[in-house]
Amino acid sequence: MDALMELLKVFVTGGLICVIGQILLDTTNLTAPRILVIYVVAGGLLTALGWYQPIVDFGGSGATVPLTGFGYTLVKGALEGLKKEGILGVITGGLKSSAAGISVALVFGYIIALIFNPKAKD
Amino acid sequence: MGVKEGKGPQARWFDKILQDDYYGEKTFEKAESKLLKNSITMAIEKAGLKKQTIDVMLTGDLLNQLMSSSYMARDVSIPYLGLYGACSTMTESILLASVLVDGGFCTHTVAGASSHFATAERQFRMPLEHGNQRPPQAQWTATAAGAVTISQSLGRTDKPLCCITHGTVGRVVDPGITDTNFMGAAMAPAAFDTIRAHLTDTGRKSSDYDLILTGDLGRVGKKILLDLALKKSSQDEKDESVFRHFRKVYEDCGAIMYEDCQDTHAGGSGCGCSASIFAGRIVKEMRAGKYKRVLLVSTGALISTISKQQGETVPGIAHAVTVEVM
Repeated sequence: MDALMELLKVFVTGGLICVIGQILLDTTNLTAPRILVIYVVAGGLLTALGWYQPIVDFGGSGATVPLTGFGYTLVKGALEGLKKEGILGVITGGLKSSAAGISVALVFGYIIALIFNPKAKD
Repeated sequence: MGVKEGKGPQARWFDKILQDDYYGEKTFEKAESKLLKNSITMAIEKAGLKKQTIDVMLTGDLLNQLMSSSYMARDVSIPYLGLYGACSTMTESILLASVLVDGGFCTHTVAGASSHFATAERQFRMPLEHGNQRPPQAQWTATAAGAVTISQSLGRTDKPLCCITHGTVGRVVDPGITDTNFMGAAMAPAAFDTIRAHLTDTGRKSSDYDLILTGDLGRVGKKILLDLALKKSSQDEKDESVFRHFRKVYEDCGAIMYEDCQDTHAGGSGCGCSASIFAGRIVKEMRAGKYKRVLLVSTGALISTISKQQGETVPGIAHAVTVEVM
């Protein structure tokens, strides 16, 4: 039952974040890349203000997997870096904490580009 | 024509339909270039000419630095003038080729244009791999190429020939649209401006034409143009007389290129849209006696990849040519 409840929380949290994006796509002239950038920045800002951590505590990967989660990881890493290494940590911390995500994106992007060719949509 | 266009309602008019949008090439750009090349070669053959006798060909496409056209021109080695008029290129090339022939500078010319969904999407919108959502007002760049030969005389033929009798160069009209997916709205006022200028200059009414065909306003842009004509007619007596019965003779290539169920949203676009429907369908129908006088008005949205990023508005343009059966 607990596992089900957790799944539900993750689904609702992630779903709500995506619904906001869909509303932005449908009601504004914002292009998808701009919305992606807004999401990263918003995640970072909310984390810095301390408002995103409670969402992560509640929704888990529902909050960390969408792009706002990338902003969250960047800022969280920068804040931790600041505590451990001072001002230099602010610069290195963000990338350190998001290194896994960035590396996976790069490596898999490269592999997929090698294997597949783009197709025209039907 | 591309695969999707070959499944659409116009398929039976087209001379060649691809099985694969790569057309046996390594890239979509090369495929588009080959599409245009074949279209031009066929146009020359159908006119019973040889490529050595062509004085000049005028072609264009949507890609940066006219990649498809220039590489096609490299391969066919016919004297070449590259044109960019966004999706209005077909009438721009026909208009200029006619002027060259009429002025006695050339005996035989070829005018053509091409577009490819995958190359245009990559350049103007998003990489295909991105799987971007398309808003309802978005149009589908047609994978298509069309070409016509324009000559001083082809001698005796078994069917009547089409002749270019008038041309109206359009003004750029910018209604201030910044949404690059909303090209129908960006181009409709330019189409209206050119049609009105054409009818005023020639002293004709829309009912003097059997068909007035815009290039790629799509379903949304078509409605905007009809509304514009209606609105101006109610405001001005002169417009009222000129645009009476406009609705009866008006159609748009983009609006008829695909079926509703093909999920293109507002319809087709791209230089190839009006090029293929005009060269593939309208010319054949005219020669078979369905229409005597047609006004082709290819419409273009003059966006660039840079202007889009800088948030500029989308200026529209339209050029018109009158085609008559002689």
